[in-house]
Amino acid sequence: MNAKQKKNLARILIAATLLIALNFVELNGVGKFLLYLVPYLVVGYDILLKALHGLKNRRAFDESLLMTIATIGAFALAIHDNGDYNEAIAVMLFYQIGEWFQSYAVGRSRKNISELMDIRPDYANIETDSGLEQVDPDEIEVGTVIIVQPGEKIPIDGIVETGNSTLNTVALTGESLPREVSTGSEVISGCINLNGVLKIRTTKEFGESTATKILELVEDASSRKSKSEDFIAKFARIYTPVVVICAAMLAIVPPIILGDWQTWIYRALIFLVISCPCALVISIPLSFFAGIGGASREGILIKGSNFLETLANVKTVVLDKTGTLTRGNFEVEAVHSKNLNFDAEKLLHLAAHVERYSTHPIANSLRKAYPNERDDCTVEGVEEISGRGIRAEINGQVVSVGNEKFMEDVGAKWIPCQKVGTIIHVAVNGEYAGHVVISDAIKPHAKESVADMNCAGVEKIFMLTGDSEKIASKVAAELGIKNYRSELLPADKVNEFEKILSAQSSGKVAFVGDGINDAPVLSRADVGIAMGALGSDAAIEAADVVLMDDDPRKISRAIKISRKCLGIVKQNIFFAIGVKVACLIFGAVGIANMWAAIFADVGVMILAVLNAMRTLIAPK
Amino acid sequence: MKKTYKIDVDCANCANLMEIEAKKTAGVKDAVVNFMTLKIKVEFEDGVDTKEVMQRVRENCKCVEKDCEIFL
Repeated sequence: MNAKQKKNLARILIAATLLIALNFVELNGVGKFLLYLVPYLVVGYDILLKALHGLKNRRAFDESLLMTIATIGAFALAIHDNGDYNEAIAVMLFYQIGEWFQSYAVGRSRKNISELMDIRPDYANIETDSGLEQVDPDEIEVGTVIIVQPGEKIPIDGIVETGNSTLNTVALTGESLPREVSTGSEVISGCINLNGVLKIRTTKEFGESTATKILELVEDASSRKSKSEDFIAKFARIYTPVVVICAAMLAIVPPIILGDWQTWIYRALIFLVISCPCALVISIPLSFFAGIGGASREGILIKGSNFLETLANVKTVVLDKTGTLTRGNFEVEAVHSKNLNFDAEKLLHLAAHVERYSTHPIANSLRKAYPNERDDCTVEGVEEISGRGIRAEINGQVVSVGNEKFMEDVGAKWIPCQKVGTIIHVAVNGEYAGHVVISDAIKPHAKESVADMNCAGVEKIFMLTGDSEKIASKVAAELGIKNYRSELLPADKVNEFEKILSAQSSGKVAFVGDGINDAPVLSRADVGIAMGALGSDAAIEAADVVLMDDDPRKISRAIKISRKCLGIVKQNIFFAIGVKVACLIFGAVGIANMWAAIFADVGVMILAVLNAMRTLIAPK
Repeated sequence: MKKTYKIDVDCANCANLMEIEAKKTAGVKDAVVNFMTLKIKVEFEDGVDTKEVMQRVRENCKCVEKDCEIFL
């Protein structure tokens, strides 16, 4: 509670006590009026001042002004009527209770949510002559060696110089399994060092480090407003004037015809109490903020309230195969020599040479399978042919490494392989030498994640891959995916995705990829989800939703969290508007009194805020 | 140019009102008030004096909501 909240709480309590006490005292006439005025002024003086301020600025629909008119009106009626001032004071009292509660609840949730994302490091240790010194991480330059002791947070991204330890990454990824690090490992800020002392050479500035970036991203997320927020903001803008005009008409028109001014003015005052829009407005951004906070605790970063909203309407999910459903770590499974001049060893040797400069995962796997690649052979004229393969001159011989189409291009008589996997054919001077079988393992939870998505209400799941039909059908069958497209070049993926988009009649389409080479599709999707993005700035940049680790089950978690959040938003919108409209109608015909109006204003707000806080509890 | 400032405001609707006022201020291209993080993100028109514009934004916001504050 801050000072302002404490002061306001004290005012509320004093006014409430006074009001109750006054009810036990027999009073009459002017004395009674003056005494009852005390709690009213104690609890409402700032509202009265604000109302004057509103009048001065000619703001007819100022909330404080409306409250002031409503309460002074109630006082006037009470003087004229029976001298029961309770109602007038109660309206002001409860209005202030509502304001106080709103301020308190929002403050609390701000704190809760920032605690959830408690990855901001406060200091960094550097070694000086007089021992360890704690400095502001903002002052650390790139390339400085910092010391991280057990139990401390890594403040800045870097590489371990010396030391072995395990890191707790739960605050970043939601993954509770600790990660082992040793000399040479890359470490990212926000992780907690569990046991050993680590000396880390920083590779980034504090402002560019993972923890800072993630925090910025989550904090910025609620600035991108959702349609629901826009709707309610626009609604609030119309709502207050309409209700106030209705109140004015209610106070004038019926009594001209029917007489009985008091009753109708009382009903008009009820309208003014209900005209405050705050209950409507507060719960929506709060729900989104809590939803984004709850998701980030699980390692799901949603970059805007608008994306949370889109994610909740996802009916179709398009998955990239490699790196999303499969590990993306290719391994050489077999080498089949089909030419007596080249045995298996030589085949692998040549293939590894050709792939020397490529960063493609397949190239990595070939080099991994032939570790002594950097020998004294000459590798010249490396040429990459998109969608075909790579050609290079090795010791004067032209070696082509690629798929079947490439073999046909160079005129080699290739032989198909029985094994399912990525088949890399090798031809030397246009003569077929043999092939290497490379395979990629399916992630352990991939099958479960597809089933989960179906449960979460995803109607269609597509898999896109650049791999061959054979591999695609095998993976799709194993995972239970009915629709897949195979043998797609990077450009084809966008076209194929466009087709899926245009075939979509209702609901939104999400694309899930690893964010490395599918940025065009990620940005084309209604909502682009990047996986395994921890430490990859490019993926964080390109996607709308970022899954910090590479567990595909997080896709359905993200969808479930967003559905729950949107559900709560809808409940709040309907509940708040519903109760207000009902009270307006009942108030107009004389069924609802001032107390019902107070409930419609304050009670609804409190319930809506409490309901919004449910979003923090992520669904199972 | 975009800049972010910390703000203080008590109610969500007042935050919306501040946003409307900030957007109307001369020299401001666009403004977004984030009630949950208590920040205002202002995009300025080219070649304006941001300090002077922010003074005006602050005055305009104070008109609609006396209790609000923008920390410049």
